[in-house]
Amino acid sequence: MSAWAEKLRELLRGVFRRQAGGAEGSGEAYKPGETGHAAESRSSAASERVLSPFWVMVQKEFGDHVRSWRFIILLAIITLACIGSIYAAVTALREGVSLLGGDADTEYLFLSMFTVSNGTLPNFLTFLSFLAPLIGVALGFDAVNSERNKGTLSRVLSQPVYRDDFLNAKFVAGLLLIAVVIFSLGFLVMGMGLLTIGYPPTPEEFFRILLVLFITTVYVGLWLNLSIFFSVRFRQAATSALAGIAVWIFFLVFYDMIVNLIGTALAPVNAVSIQQVQSYANLIMFLTRISPAELFQEAASTLLFPDVRTLNPFVTQDQAYLAISAPLSFGQSTLLVWPHIVALIAETALVFAASYVLFMRQEIRSRH
Amino acid sequence: MLSQTAEPVIVLKNLVKQYGDFTAVDSLSLVIYKGEIFGLLGPNGAGKTTTILMMLGLTEPTSGEVRVCGINSTRNPMQVKRKVGYMPDDVGFYEDRTALDNLIYTARLNRIPPKEAEARARELLERVGLADAADKRVGTFSRGMRQRLGLADVLIKRPEVIILDEPTLGIDPEGVRELLALIRDLSRKEKLTVLLSSHHLHQVQQICDRVGLFVRGRLIACGNIDTLSSQLEGAPAHRLELDAAPVSDALISQISGLEGVLSVERKEPDRLAAAVGGDAAPVTLIVSSSSDVTAEIARLVAASGANLYGLRPHRYGLDDIYHRYFEGSETHERVG
Repeated sequence: MSAWAEKLRELLRGVFRRQAGGAEGSGEAYKPGETGHAAESRSSAASERVLSPFWVMVQKEFGDHVRSWRFIILLAIITLACIGSIYAAVTALREGVSLLGGDADTEYLFLSMFTVSNGTLPNFLTFLSFLAPLIGVALGFDAVNSERNKGTLSRVLSQPVYRDDFLNAKFVAGLLLIAVVIFSLGFLVMGMGLLTIGYPPTPEEFFRILLVLFITTVYVGLWLNLSIFFSVRFRQAATSALAGIAVWIFFLVFYDMIVNLIGTALAPVNAVSIQQVQSYANLIMFLTRISPAELFQEAASTLLFPDVRTLNPFVTQDQAYLAISAPLSFGQSTLLVWPHIVALIAETALVFAASYVLFMRQEIRSRH
Repeated sequence: MLSQTAEPVIVLKNLVKQYGDFTAVDSLSLVIYKGEIFGLLGPNGAGKTTTILMMLGLTEPTSGEVRVCGINSTRNPMQVKRKVGYMPDDVGFYEDRTALDNLIYTARLNRIPPKEAEARARELLERVGLADAADKRVGTFSRGMRQRLGLADVLIKRPEVIILDEPTLGIDPEGVRELLALIRDLSRKEKLTVLLSSHHLHQVQQICDRVGLFVRGRLIACGNIDTLSSQLEGAPAHRLELDAAPVSDALISQISGLEGVLSVERKEPDRLAAAVGGDAAPVTLIVSSSSDVTAEIARLVAASGANLYGLRPHRYGLDDIYHRYFEGSETHERVG
């Protein structure tokens, strides 16, 4: 607690100092006589403006990531996937695949850049949902244990650095990098699409894509956190990487299977009332939505397909009949996926809390 | 030697650290004064590293208190870490960064502005003799170079106290000598308080003002090497090696007759020397005494007409002290 208070105080002090420096700088013009003094104090303020250890660590981590082979390889894979999916999308659009699906309108043509494919390659969204966990795991699996094994952890923590800052810096640096990569990829796809199909996005489409990119960043952040958790828990980098990949595969392949299994076991044999069927459907939906992969898929596709009006699989005949078949506005789509976004962030926070607690309790010893 | 009135820098009071049933540090009380070099000695697993971690606030003691520079390490680890430089055993660096980068990183974690950080880093690299390797990746460094870089890393924040955990581990003898000389030099010039832990006794005894002998979580003896040897029961305070020829039995009995002499032993001459020199080869006698009798022995040898080839006062090394303790503890265990 006292540590937090001290941190807050330092932060405030930093802000005030900056303000004071600014005031002095602006006053300088009016008092020519004191120019020398003001300039001097300004330069001393500039030399005093030192990054806090937290941002120094973030900077270093970020630099390490960018320079690492691992990142270059990842980037290469993702770029390839990106180019492939754009190619598939563009050829599909040329052939008019998207036009076959719905009414022959071009209202959301730009969004379909991200969702259609000519069948040879998966579309951008599928690629992203498949590769995102991999990026997260790859960036985080050796975050803490490699430092411990190299003996740098105890050296860094014996500096005046808060222990939680170390973990936070790892996370923030990873997340920043992920955000940069995902947003630049997203913009790249948009730009390429703009060039090849020559059809500009509406502001609404643009915001939808931005929100999808944001959700993707959160989603990758979840996996990053999970792998950081494993890197705190396991001393060997290989074990923690394997654990991360195992969880990924579990949610990718087995989770649906397990939910199906539970579903068939629990299915009401002779449904008497509508409530019974409904509560069963709700339970299954709840179980499926524990999986972050499912949450991400649903959220992203809802945003990219404005036609999706509801995520509830259980629609009564009246509702289906009376509903107007029209795309939702951006705000309404966002409202529909808001719980998903919150759930994703909550899961991220949960995993982070777990690694935080684990890390704070651990002994800091060198290499043992 | 430092007087006991000097300002205390590290104060440990009844420090206890338990891991489950295992007591790593058992009610340890210790005071280290400003400007001294204190050696914490003990075998592996004696609790030295745990004690050091508690001083830095990296581990919480089960009970007891640690104060470094008057600050409670458990409550205010940040302030302590600003004043204390710590080099862990087997110090690790970011291997794919250069030595300079590693030092600058540490400096910046201590809120030293980048420009000054680089200046300090270069100066320190010069000082520890790594100026040529400043821009080499640490991955290419040898063990001794790493250790010296570790020393620079510790010093870059301009600490008041430096704590070195096993600084001499795994370096060749010449490297050890250089490193220790460097540490002593730094301590004397900068008035740094140095705490170093080691299980290499003879290396550490060269530079330590005081040592604490630490076994199984307990400090069994503390003081300078003279007091330490006298603290140990049954150990003679002085020992002398003497080479002379010819040595008659009369001479030996004369020496034994001196006041304070406890025993005189004849060291078996090695075969090579005996074969070469015959009877004229010098014989080595080992004289143990409770007081300093060097001058009297020299006089006796000269008076007996023998040639005196060498006279070496033999101070008890920590190895002997250490060994003696373990002999004792073994018998205790057998009794228990």
